[in-house]
Order: sequence, then C-alpha cells, then structure tokens
Amino acid sequence: MQELMKARAAALLSEGKVNRVLGWAAGEFVYDVTPTVFESREELERDFVYSPFCGANLSKYLVKEARKEGKILVFLKPCDSFSFAQLVKEHRIPREKVYAVGVECYGKTDATALRSLGITGIVGAAEQYGALTLNTLNGERRVTVAEAMLEKCKSCKTKEHRLCDELLGEEGEPVSDCSRFEEVEKVEAMTPEERFAFFRGELSRCIRCNACRDVCPACTCETCVFDNPASGIAQKAAADPFEENLYHIIRAFHVAGRCTDCGECTRVCPQRIPLHLLNRKFIKDINEFYGPYQAGDDPETPSPLTDWKPDDVEPGSAVRKGGRA
Amino acid sequence: MPMNSPEKNGVGKEEAFRPKIVAFCCNWCSYAGADLAGTSRLSYPAEVKIIRVPCSCRVNPTFILRAFGRGADGVILCGCHPGDCHYTTGNYYTRRRMTLLFSMLDYLGIERERTRVEWVSAAEGAKFAETMRDFVATVTALGKNRRLEDLRCRN
Ligand code: SF4
Ligand code: SF4
Ligand code: FES
Repeated sequence: MQELMKARAAALLSEGKVNRVLGWAAGEFVYDVTPTVFESREELERDFVYSPFCGANLSKYLVKEARKEGKILVFLKPCDSFSFAQLVKEHRIPREKVYAVGVECYGKTDATALRSLGITGIVGAAEQYGALTLNTLNGERRVTVAEAMLEKCKSCKTKEHRLCDELLGEEGEPVSDCSRFEEVEKVEAMTPEERFAFFRGELSRCIRCNACRDVCPACTCETCVFDNPASGIAQKAAADPFEENLYHIIRAFHVAGRCTDCGECTRVCPQRIPLHLLNRKFIKDINEFYGPYQAGDDPETPSPLTDWKPDDVEPGSAVRKGGRA
Repeated sequence: MPMNSPEKNGVGKEEAFRPKIVAFCCNWCSYAGADLAGTSRLSYPAEVKIIRVPCSCRVNPTFILRAFGRGADGVILCGCHPGDCHYTTGNYYTRRRMTLLFSMLDYLGIERERTRVEWVSAAEGAKFAETMRDFVATVTALGKNRRLEDLRCRN
C-alpha cells in the first residue's frame, strides 16, 4: 500500500495536478509517525510512510494548508474522510483546493498497547491480513492487529469512505457490529454517585495540555474560548474539579453535532482519559432525541444543534428519558 | 443524642440553608412575567436572583456552568413559550442546547434537579411565582451544590 501511495502521489505531483502532498512521515521512532507536507518526489521517496502507526487524521491540517497556493493531495482513511467531509460542509476547507485520495484501513496500532504486551524496542512493523509483524531489537514478534488496536479503531463504524476524488485499494463496508455506545450505556447504568466518582477519577488526571482540542478536526475556531485570557481558564491546569468539568463539558459541547467520532482526542491524550465517553454521550443523545445523525455523512442534513422541530423533547423530560430512573 | 449531632456541635443553631438560585429570564416574557408577579403582589422567594437576557437563546452552556461555579445551588432558565419567541425561533435552539447540556450534567453525576428550563409568558405572573417557589423548594431539599462548585468561590 505504501509504495502504491508513494507512486500515485509522485505521479500527481509531476503531472502538476497537485502542488503538495499531505501524508505521514516516520519520526524518530517508527511508531512516532508525524503528519507532514511533502513538496517533491525526493521528499516523498525519503520520508513518506503508511504504516500500522498512521492513526493520525490528516483532515484538520487542510484548514491551513488549503489556504495556500495551489492544490494539495491528502490521504484519508475511511474515518478521516468523515472529518474532511464535515469540514467541507462547514466551509472550513475549499473543496476545489484539495485532491483527496482514500486509502484502506483495517485498524491502526497503538504503540502503548504494544508496550503493555511487553513489546518494546520496535524498529519496524508490517501488517497483513489482520496480523502484525514487529521487528524489535529483541527479535521478531507477532500479534494480531486486534490485540494492539487504537481505542478508536476498536469501535470503527465503517470502512467506507466519504467524499474522495479517488480510491486506492478496495472500498470497504460499514461495520455491522459496531458497538460504540456500549461503554456509554455502562456509565448510564451507574447511580449518580458512581457516575460522579467515575468521572472525577478520569477527569482529575487532566493536565490541560489542550492536545485533545488541538487535534480535533471539529475544533477549528481561529481563537478558542480556552485561549481567551479573560476567561480565567486559558492555558492553565485546572485549579479544582469545577474547572476540569468546565473544560470538558464545554470542549465536548462545542463539537456536539459536529464530532464525527474520529477518536483523535482519546488517541492523543497523554493521560489516557476516555474523552470518547463524553463525545459519544452527546452523539447517543442526539440520535435518541432528534433521530440518527452522523456528522460528515452527507453534505445537506443540518447539524442537530442548528436545527429544531416544534415538538422537540423538553429538557427536563429528556434527561429522565435518557434511560435512567 | 449522638455525639456528632448538629445540635451538639452548635451547627444546628445556624440559620437554615437558603440556596442561591440564578434565574436567566428572557426580556420579552419571563422577565415581564416576574414584573407582573411583582405588580400583582405575588411573592416569590428572595433566593432567586434574576439575570435578564435578550432571549433565552442568549444563554450558552458556559453561563450555566459559571453560575454554578460562582456559587449558585440551582440554575433555571425561563423563556417564551415555544412558538412565541420574540425572535421567532430562538427558544427552539435553547431547548435543544439545554436538553443536551442537562443530560450531560446528569451523566457526570450532577443532580439533575439543580437545572431547569421553564416557559413563562409575560402574562403568567402567577406561573412565574409558582415556578420559582417550587424550584427553590426542590433545591433547598437537595442542599448545597457541592459537585459543581468552584472551591475558590465557596461561601
Ligand atoms: S471530539 Fe474527538 S472524536 Fe470528535 S471530532 Fe474531535 S477529535 Fe474526533
Ligand atoms: S489531551 Fe488529555 S490531558 Fe490534555 S487537555 Fe485533553 S483531556 Fe486533558
Ligand atoms: S425572545 Fe423570549 S425566548 Fe426568544
């Protein structure tokens, strides 16, 4: 796949169809893959990778990149293509400035999960038919892709792309047994005291690095409320549980109805806070109260929070309807 | 009498708990409703502090959270009845936002009775007073807001 992608990118570059290529480059370690813009065949040849560690979603970079001269090629995995479609829908990316190439994905690997399986010193990785072969300093190790998958890939919703100009490889299908709301339901089933304690345990680990916001393709405001010094909570660690709640509720609320559930926030959190539990709660509520909705799915349906119906559920009864007592 | 009963510690001698209630009221309906309650000499509890907003949809989730952070024990948002918003549709958006926000607060384990949305028209002075009495009673029964308070603003 990697070679196919490189060749296609190089061809489009030399044909002059695109001026730049947005892809992934190996970092210092093979599992440290970094989103990168390539401007020449040489750069592509030297640094471009598409490996089991390419979990990063490239769509957000297009907001800045597509404003520059010329056209940019971007590689999108199925879940990334929802983010791209959503950003185009929100007029954050001029569609005509981007050439989107869909690439297949069968779940990306979490280096931390490998470490907890006792696999360290990784110097190379290859994936084939759901099996992962890792070259390590201590010899070769094999695991299944499923054993060390990123959190977000464990509840993949579809292998089918949205909004692409061309596709490399086979188009996949929606995942029929996607169970992404299971964890949310577990939390909902707890008592309020248990839920409160559970979230204190999770959210109190937050160091307010803002990585979850920075990576989120739905968070593209030029100036974020969390950067406003007058807000009192700009760029600083939370002083008490209230600020933790404030940050997390507002972060999740600001992307409610636009979050595609790409899972990037959970992936980048250095404290391994399950941010998807908050986003998916909003998605689940939206589906239940206002009908099924998937951000980035189609260009027309208005986002649930910019829409209404005269007979929408009332806030009080909605909370009771939410499946609890 | 148990050793640590409030009476023995002198705590019971303190005044009974009086919650702080913030009521965001739309200028065109519930704020006028509150006025009407006043001019009709209907009393509603002094615990309620009204903040006038141009439309219920002016209130965003941060306002609600901030109110709790700054010491509110309950927050109520009053707007025009659905269909009657002065700006035609503002309160329909309010309804969706608050539905999602309240559900999230509940999900985080914060008492759902501390938040409420109520539609009160300018002609409903009696409903305004009644709603406030009921809300204050509910929040008083819950006690102090501890789960969504900013410790630095504790009082
Ligand atoms: S909130 Fe998280 S899952 Fe949702 S779009 Fe942003 S990064 Fe993706
Ligand atoms: S990435 Fe994690 S630690 Fe950083 S601000 Fe987000 S939740 Fe907090
Ligand atoms: S003007 Fe009263 S709710 Fe909009």
